[in-house]
Amino acid sequence: MIAERGTRVINLVQAVNEALDLALERDPRVVLFGEDVGKMGGVFRASDGLQPKYGEKRVFDTPLAESGIVGFAIGMAMAGLRPVAEIQFAGFLYPALDQILSHLGRMRHRTRGRFTIPLVIRAPYGGGVKTPEQHADSPEAILCHVPGVKVIIPSSPERAKGLLLSAIEDPDPVFFLEAIKLYRGVKAEVPEGYYTLPIGKARVVREGGAATLIAYGGMVEVCQKAAEVAAREGVELEVIDVETLVPLDTPTLVESVAKTGRAVVVYEAMRTGGFGAEIVARLAEEATDYLEAPVVRVAGWDAPYPPFSAVENFYRPDTKRVLEAVRKVLTH
Amino acid sequence: MDTVRYLDDDGKPLRDIPLSEEELLRGYRALRRARHFDERALVLQRQGRLGVYPPFRGQEAAQVGVTLSLEKSDWLCPSYRETAAALTFGMPLSRLILNWRADPAGWRIPEGVNMIQFYIPIATQVPQAAGLAYAEKLKGNSAVAAVFIGDGGTSEGDFHEGLNFASVFDAPLLIVVQNNGWAISVPTHKQMKVQRVALKAQGYGIPGVTVDGNDLVAVWTVARKAAARARAGEGPTLIEALTYRVAPHTSSDDPGRYRTEDEAEAWKKRDPVARMRGCLVYLGLWDDEKEKALEEELEAEFVAGVDEADQAPEPKPWEIVEQVYAEMQPDQQAAWNYLRTGGEA
Repeated sequence: MIAERGTRVINLVQAVNEALDLALERDPRVVLFGEDVGKMGGVFRASDGLQPKYGEKRVFDTPLAESGIVGFAIGMAMAGLRPVAEIQFAGFLYPALDQILSHLGRMRHRTRGRFTIPLVIRAPYGGGVKTPEQHADSPEAILCHVPGVKVIIPSSPERAKGLLLSAIEDPDPVFFLEAIKLYRGVKAEVPEGYYTLPIGKARVVREGGAATLIAYGGMVEVCQKAAEVAAREGVELEVIDVETLVPLDTPTLVESVAKTGRAVVVYEAMRTGGFGAEIVARLAEEATDYLEAPVVRVAGWDAPYPPFSAVENFYRPDTKRVLEAVRKVLTH
Repeated sequence: MDTVRYLDDDGKPLRDIPLSEEELLRGYRALRRARHFDERALVLQRQGRLGVYPPFRGQEAAQVGVTLSLEKSDWLCPSYRETAAALTFGMPLSRLILNWRADPAGWRIPEGVNMIQFYIPIATQVPQAAGLAYAEKLKGNSAVAAVFIGDGGTSEGDFHEGLNFASVFDAPLLIVVQNNGWAISVPTHKQMKVQRVALKAQGYGIPGVTVDGNDLVAVWTVARKAAARARAGEGPTLIEALTYRVAPHTSSDDPGRYRTEDEAEAWKKRDPVARMRGCLVYLGLWDDEKEKALEEELEAEFVAGVDEADQAPEPKPWEIVEQVYAEMQPDQQAAWNYLRTGGEA
């Protein structure tokens, strides 16, 4: 169906903007807010042009207070609206953790379904574009450790648009993290008009039999490049885009490892306790019979993301480090 | 700042009472009903038939007075202390018993009762209540929200963020601070330097009112004005109800570790239920016979409520993983299968 539509080549932030525009147009319950979201259109321009089009009641600036934003959004969702809140950077989510951990994912459970929180919290995450300190965090593991929420991290403009529209339609709270590196770093064909993509499905973005690279968000691009390099040496790598971290599509990961016998998990967050550790654990539980080598992680170092951006490329996993890990699992 | 009062400590009117006789009787009945619940709930707790219970003795007028100013379509956003408010707002008595038994049947707030759960984290309900209230305004409804918090809760960041959001968006919200003197063991003067919580409203450009929280006529009147103001689109009001937690923090607390009983005894003389009864007697609206009939009626209602609660089915282990998402996801499904089959799956 999507293939029959016209497409345009746009970047990821434009794709997000299109999705927000279409959601506001389609559902009068959708409201959009956050810091600098209204008049300015967001620091990355994700909501550019939307306040003039839909008015200040539906697209508005809030006071500078992240806990207030998330708490306010929870209340609006309980009253029947569909809030889409922007947290300016994922590293600014921390003041809202009480709202997130104590309430966001528990409301349906603790009221036995009487109240639900159908909202989306969008936030740019990750490094690679020389942002100031605290602007490059990847806190997805913290969010994945909250019961009752869904966590989506798209890897391309086309996926971002369709998944964001699915997230806004979803009856449960959804975190939607957008890789800052991809905002303007990648342009691709994106279908016109309204379309949704399935939540809870991982996808094979490149087929290969030698080993499986598992990644999400900004790391999918890195893995695809690594696979291209390996292919030139005659090594065919399979690349899986996890896309939805919670609920995780374990069967697709296990199926690939059943074929390749080897896996490398790539994420840019700090290594210890990162979401990649959960993926490795699931493979250990469900794919041991197929594994011919231990699963290896490539991740951010166990240190804060460097506030001195001249060396940030040594923190974020790159093609070189991914290929080193591939060599390790192939030669085990 | 003046404290709004309508009754003296014995319940004698200090000035014209802006409530009808019907309202005064309804208000007293609600107070008496809350008191009866609280006393009987503590007995159940001591019998092991209720879990940890936070009593509200002495704070009935502050809770009931605000709740009586609400319509059915309004929102009640309580903290764990507000069982009296919930009871008055229409939560069935049996559900409240089940709630304090930590039974899932008690967590299920019935359709038609616009009350969010009793909040255990402190002050997180304030920005949420601001969002609820603002959403009603955006939808073009005239509903308001009333959010309850204690004096200790005003130290939390969410209290301030919530007040600021409510103020900036002119949300139709009543922020009710029951200043009961104690945040568990820490007295109010160690919690804040301001003499009155209501002064904090100035920082947000909204009205702040201090009311005698043990005077039902005063609380109801102040709350009614604030609700009318909110419905008219004029924004939120901070109401400080001066009261006292004469009971322990919860059924597990021992106030002897941090305060003398002299203070509590002094406040017992200003008991909100006795004061309101004094008012009714003064006005010739009440006598011992009526009191006895009401007590019998309330006891019958309580016994029926406990009986109903006792009928609730035992919670099932697999309910743990139900209602996590709208549709059960693979991880919850696997856990559900395990729990449902007693660990055989």
